Amino acid sequence: MTGKELLDSLGKLFGAKLQATTEFRGETTYTILSSDLREVAKLCRYDLSFDYLIDITSIDNAGEEPRFEIVYELYSMTLAVHLRLKLKIGEDETVDTVSDIWPTANWHEREIYDMMGIKFKGHPDLRRILMWDGYPFFPLRKEFPLEGLPSEMPDVAFTKSAPLEGGPFVTQPSTAIAKFREPRARPPEL
Amino acid sequence: MAEQRATAYDSKVEGNVIFTRLDAAFNWVRKNSLWPMPMGLACCAIELMATAASRFDIARFGAEVMRFSPRQCDVMIVAGTVTYKMALAVKRIYEQMPEPKYVIAMGACASTGGMYRSYAVLQGIDQLLPVDVYISGCPPRPEALLAGLMKLQEKIDGEKSFAAQKPELTKRLLDVAT
Repeated sequence: MTGKELLDSLGKLFGAKLQATTEFRGETTYTILSSDLREVAKLCRYDLSFDYLIDITSIDNAGEEPRFEIVYELYSMTLAVHLRLKLKIGEDETVDTVSDIWPTANWHEREIYDMMGIKFKGHPDLRRILMWDGYPFFPLRKEFPLEGLPSEMPDVAFTKSAPLEGGPFVTQPSTAIAKFREPRARPPEL
Repeated sequence: MAEQRATAYDSKVEGNVIFTRLDAAFNWVRKNSLWPMPMGLACCAIELMATAASRFDIARFGAEVMRFSPRQCDVMIVAGTVTYKMALAVKRIYEQMPEPKYVIAMGACASTGGMYRSYAVLQGIDQLLPVDVYISGCPPRPEALLAGLMKLQEKIDGEKSFAAQKPELTKRLLDVAT
């Protein structure tokens, strides 16, 4: 089976589990329900040779319902096919872990828990991976300010808010030189 | 028969004895054998290694003995981004260094947080440790680190180290002298 045939047959295999299919620049994205995740993941891993989980990422669509989106990037080493799975979950819901299907998902899911606060059901060791145990915030959520919030864990770590000095300084689209495109200090009237 | 007595003046030691101030002797010894604690936390550590290697050769300034135990170090070179997760570990290592001890904040990150105006990065190691020399650059070139080291040597040379560290003994010596 070639990669093209595989992708063409995926729609039939997944059947009613597919919520939506997107094609963009040769990349296929399937949207599924979070309740179908483990079934689809096992199908991809064991029957369709998607043996490599490249990455898991999460998106915070604050204000929308359901709030979070989780994206699984799959790759088949044998057929050289890339596949993206997306699912949406609400703020109080949990997602099933896939760390027993792809062991690399263990740390990816820990990172998503650390940064976004999304919990994974069945994860063997769901601790923070970048920040320290006891850090009270989830820094990549939309309501968390860029400069951070003060916190204190005695003898472990503390945090303070960083001085932004009128920033954050975002590049302006223009043909001007870097000094004007990316000001390092913004005049107070702006 | 007259007893042979050693005289205060002995031609055998002439040229082997020098007179100096205690502070000057201490400072001369200290500034020329600064043993660094390489606190390499990010890309500045690569420049720190280059400074130690043969082209720039930090040994010319007596600071080539990188000790990875803080208990044998004189100067901590904080080379790189200090995250909040690492901050108290850096402080703990500094506290384990014996006096007199110095800190060089190498590069933009260690000095001010640099480009990381972020929730995760300490905005300058001077919030935790007393910094003696700040070195600009991202990362600084090895020459800049050597210049910073020479600045630190200048600072050590001007110290009243004996009087500052042994105030009671100094007072007693002065009392005896006057």
